[in-house]
Amino acid sequence: MTPDARAALNRRNFLKSAGVLIVGFRMAGGDAAQAQFGQAPLPGAPPMDQVDSWIAIAADGSITAYSGKEELGQGISTAQQQLVAEELSVPFNRVKLIYCDTALTPDQAYTSGSQSHPANFNHGNLAQAGATAREALFKLASQRLGVPIAQLTAANGVISVKGDASKKVTYGQLVGGKKLSVKLDKAAKRKDPREWTVLGKPIARPDMPLMATGQFEYVHNVRLPGMLHGRVVRPPVIGATLISVDESSIKDMPGVIKVVTRKNFVGVVAEKPWQAIQAAEKLKVSWTSGAGLPKQSEFYESLRPQPSRDLKLLDSKDTQQTIATASTTLKSTFYHPYQMHGSVGSSCAVADVQSDRATIYSPTQGVWYQKTASAMITGLKPENVHVIFRRGSGCYGLNGADTVTYDAVVLSQAVGKPVRVQLSRKDEMAWENYGNAWVIEERAGLDARGNIIAWEHESWTPALGNRPGPSTPGNVITGMLLGYQPAPFTPAPAEEPKRYNNGSNGIPSYMMGNVDGVAAGTGVVKSESVIVHNVQSPFWTGPLRSPARLQNTFAHESFMDEMAAHVKADPVEFRVRHLRDPRLIGVLEAAAKAAKWEPRPSPHPSNPKTGVVTGRGVACVAYEGDNGYTGIVVDIELNQDTGKVIVKRIFAGIDVGPVSNPDGLRNQAEGGALQGMSRALGEQVTWDDQKITSVDWRTYHSLPLGIEMPKIECVLMNRPDDEATGAGETSITVMAAAIGNAIFDATGVRLRQIPLTAERVKDALNARA
Amino acid sequence: MSVITLKVNGQTHTLDLDPATPLLYALSDDLALRGPKFGCGLGQCGACTAIVNGAAIRSCVTPVSAVAGKEIVTLEGLGTPANPHPIQKAFIDEQAAQCGFCLNGVILTAKAFLDKNPKATEPEIQQALSTVLCRCFTHIRMHEAIQRYAKAVAK
Repeated sequence: MTPDARAALNRRNFLKSAGVLIVGFRMAGGDAAQAQFGQAPLPGAPPMDQVDSWIAIAADGSITAYSGKEELGQGISTAQQQLVAEELSVPFNRVKLIYCDTALTPDQAYTSGSQSHPANFNHGNLAQAGATAREALFKLASQRLGVPIAQLTAANGVISVKGDASKKVTYGQLVGGKKLSVKLDKAAKRKDPREWTVLGKPIARPDMPLMATGQFEYVHNVRLPGMLHGRVVRPPVIGATLISVDESSIKDMPGVIKVVTRKNFVGVVAEKPWQAIQAAEKLKVSWTSGAGLPKQSEFYESLRPQPSRDLKLLDSKDTQQTIATASTTLKSTFYHPYQMHGSVGSSCAVADVQSDRATIYSPTQGVWYQKTASAMITGLKPENVHVIFRRGSGCYGLNGADTVTYDAVVLSQAVGKPVRVQLSRKDEMAWENYGNAWVIEERAGLDARGNIIAWEHESWTPALGNRPGPSTPGNVITGMLLGYQPAPFTPAPAEEPKRYNNGSNGIPSYMMGNVDGVAAGTGVVKSESVIVHNVQSPFWTGPLRSPARLQNTFAHESFMDEMAAHVKADPVEFRVRHLRDPRLIGVLEAAAKAAKWEPRPSPHPSNPKTGVVTGRGVACVAYEGDNGYTGIVVDIELNQDTGKVIVKRIFAGIDVGPVSNPDGLRNQAEGGALQGMSRALGEQVTWDDQKITSVDWRTYHSLPLGIEMPKIECVLMNRPDDEATGAGETSITVMAAAIGNAIFDATGVRLRQIPLTAERVKDALNARA
Repeated sequence: MSVITLKVNGQTHTLDLDPATPLLYALSDDLALRGPKFGCGLGQCGACTAIVNGAAIRSCVTPVSAVAGKEIVTLEGLGTPANPHPIQKAFIDEQAAQCGFCLNGVILTAKAFLDKNPKATEPEIQQALSTVLCRCFTHIRMHEAIQRYAKAVAK
């Protein structure tokens, strides 16, 4: 174990033995993962007295909080530390936060899907544990001081009598040598956000000085005694299987410990990283030929005729008739490519698999799932597999974190020693679970006054694999090579929708969202249908920041702009006219106000057809229907001679409920907007007839730091009376549409295919009449 | 294998290495430094950057034999959390990172460039950072932090 991991375990053991007040959650009759996802607790979960607690206050007054939501760079650990400090009325630094270690922390399933803020900052889990602990301490203090609770106040870990500060007791004194277990109380009162002094403040991230000075320990820096280095050898093309490995081809290479083969998995273990890299390159491996890949140029059109598993989100059953009566009908098809997580550091993990147990350091988003899947792969009992999260390079979803952890586990088990594996750039990019490609058709009818009266949305999206979950390691490449199958694909017709669910943002914000007589959507269009055709992908796919929501929003918000232009309406006014959710309208209007938006239809009436022109574009989204709101306006400059687009200014209205850390939220909103810009302007996975060809930073185009930087202004709508929502995926969701709409505003040309490269813009301008 | 002397952050180390070993592995593995990081192994992203005799180099494609005896500075050689170098302090003050993995390349590339070109214009700084990647896209804050440091060195 690393010193950090040992210190965390010692701390937990100390808290078990010494005087301590523990707030538990399974004692309250519920399991966090179950509460959140309706899943039963995973097998192999350690017994209650080891992990089932969120907050422990020791006799020395130290406060430790345990969370199942991890720091991936999004700033959530700082916000969680603020949350606990706030509820317990102590300074920020008094709280020690430990997250995502299967021997220590609660099972909160994945850290993903913009769920950490809503899961831990509302009425359950960590927030409610804080409130419960506070009430328990006040009760103890009331007994100790002989004063009613209402007359007590707390600050800096001391509870005192209001008006008589000499009557006081510290948390440590209250805990004393006793062991006090408190059930998580759903009725315990949270502090009013208006009274917050720690939460809600722009507290600096405690990890920042460590990162900026090269002291921070990433998983890449984990070093165990006797640790060896592994390197995997992936197939040369997709679908190839292993014929043979010629171990003698590297027998004279220095430092080589072992060649490991298991089904189609091949890897090398060596004493040092450079030795492992060279050995893997030199190892002679024979593979069958590949399965062949569909032509990229015909890929989108090849999706429609494929067998599909259909999902119907809405169907008012009258869209075709309504469209037939419309004054104006519009139909457009939008195309979104596969895109990569493309972590800047290739994925890395360290595993120490021994004959009867394993310790694994992984940047996985789900330590508990990694535990059970690694148990499957090794044949060990889940309770003997200990997974400790260590931060990797930013992942933005399912990057290579899980797959490289399996690589390390397999190689370590083969040599019986700790093994560190870091993927090559090509192995990271050629085999990751890409963000899904999408073909989206939008059809609508408008009445004589220019109002939308019917809207049909139909989409096709290919998928293969996904997050591995507790028992599907075949959902990622290493599991597949080891012989595990990905989740099966079974074509099936759509069932009628049972309840309104816009988790994928498949439903445009402007639809009524009527299911069984309940209009749960955010818009006003009554005649509505949304159907999704899931088809099989030749490549692995998985969640990439704003999965489905980004692709769908690109189509909805571009199409909305087309309709507004068609009826010569101002794009902001046209949206507001078709919305009925005040929070969504709020962020849209906040962005427009910040941008000093002047109402007029697009395109810009007086732009010339040559040279550099400017344009503006707007888009908005209620992320996952109700999990964070963003309206965005972008101003662009477009060179009509080259097709090059430069985003000059970005104005964002952001509503995530009560703001937990305004600077952290801005950081997420800014980064999301620019990541969205990069994905919109340049990023796409490419392939030939056998393999992926976007395998490094020359072939996959990420906007570097050396660009003309847009100015960004974020308007944060703090809403103390609302629920905390997701905060990390809203701004990225709207950027592609906003930029596409700005291109239209600048030139009158509509682009419907991502990425919006200079070449595509130029081609469209050339085709312009 | 051959004996190579590396001068890193003011200290001299004698290592027995294949002279073709890229400097990155000597720094991050043999010397267990956490600043330089493997990003691509191709010199395309900047994560492995070190400063050698005042110039930013990509340590993932630089053999140790090429830098033996030269002054090598890594991110941890600039300052400490308690006493950060002015450019590190600028990044901390701007909260200019998310996952932080790219910080090594961003900070060292900007520092080496600005120290040599204290009067650099904004397009020149852009050019210097044209092959440095941040995939969290903390670009705007990083740009602000670099500008802060640029103003300080221009004085």
